[in-house]
Amino acid sequence: MGGRFGDGAIQPASINDKTFKEKWHSRALAVTLATGSLRQWNLDMSRHARECLPPKDYCAFSYYDRWISALANLLVNKGVISADEFLDPIRKTHPLSSRKLLAADVAGVLSKGAPTSRSLEGSPKFLVGHRVKTRRAVNKFISGGHTRLPKYVEKCEGKIEICHGAHVFPDTHAHNLGEQPEHLYTVSFLATELWESPENPSDTLCVDIWESYLEPMNVP
Amino acid sequence: MPHDVEKHSHSLLPSDPELKVKALETALVKRGLIDPAALDEIIDTYQNKIGPKNGATIIAKALLDKNFKKALIDDPMQILEKHGFLGRQGEHIKVVENTPEIHNIVVCTLCSCYPWPLLGIPPTWYKSDEYRSRVVREPRKCLSEFGVTLPKNTKVRVWDSTAEIRYLVLPILPDRYKDFDEEQLSEIISRDAMIGTALIGDPS
Repeated sequence: MGGRFGDGAIQPASINDKTFKEKWHSRALAVTLATGSLRQWNLDMSRHARECLPPKDYCAFSYYDRWISALANLLVNKGVISADEFLDPIRKTHPLSSRKLLAADVAGVLSKGAPTSRSLEGSPKFLVGHRVKTRRAVNKFISGGHTRLPKYVEKCEGKIEICHGAHVFPDTHAHNLGEQPEHLYTVSFLATELWESPENPSDTLCVDIWESYLEPMNVP
Repeated sequence: MPHDVEKHSHSLLPSDPELKVKALETALVKRGLIDPAALDEIIDTYQNKIGPKNGATIIAKALLDKNFKKALIDDPMQILEKHGFLGRQGEHIKVVENTPEIHNIVVCTLCSCYPWPLLGIPPTWYKSDEYRSRVVREPRKCLSEFGVTLPKNTKVRVWDSTAEIRYLVLPILPDRYKDFDEEQLSEIISRDAMIGTALIGDPS
């Protein structure tokens, strides 16, 4: 949605705002994190599941409603639980219950995280300062979507700012087709390259971009 | 099975999101797939233990100690590990420094990526369509909605966290706080100042 027109004013937080506005928001977050321990999907698959909500639902749902609705779809589509069980729960031990996240393990799991950096043979194709051009913002590897190249920078020229080493590639990872790590870069774009009438022509946008999203430019 | 995520079982659940999450939680607890005590623990962690205080502690130190600042910019992970600030959604942190020439702002236009171990769970505005769609195109107008006006010659640099690198802004320390010690400073470094939508000392 980056760059889209039509959205209204931002509502900054007030000092009294709580971390979770409603109690169910906190349950939605906790259920989502806890089910991750069942190891039936990865972070890219859960992002993709949110993107695959019907557009009319995606727009109408609040933030955490998107999370739990996508989680329900993941649970059913991965065969963990049937849709009927949500409405008529069965008390019967599940084969995956041995992976259940226990209260005692929460601190360890949350503080460990899941780094996405990987070692990769072969040096990066681009170096800091190289001029590059993005390709179209679509998943080119498999039908079904999900890419992390935002639409507003597609087919745009920029400059390599940072080389981050290799990271798990979301376009395949979201489809359970392996990590296929690629070099990741921060690419800067001048506001004038992206927008018809930028607020200031010297402003820049920095976007993290995987190597296969980029093409080299002819002139260095 | 690239298309399996397109089956929409969520529509069979109650449409009220509070009842929806309850139905999911109940079904998962009964099958022994989640532990309600673990859910309470997760909520307690992000409600009471992990929040912007973590980020402010690090930033206050960096504003007072040049060597620490350099190390934080050059190799943040080592420092964050020492302080026990590693974790989920903070596996790869990068600190970006504001200067009189450049003001940094962080966003995630694709979802809501955010440095959890340093700032906690993102505020509602950070996750809103309004912020995510507009801040990349009209950052100054967005800043004005937070009550921030930048000097004319300051360039804005917006960081869209599209990968797993999480960005934390190192704000400028205004002269009037020059004599503050680390603890006093960490009290006035707001969450929004570390996202780039506030300056140090702003009421937010």
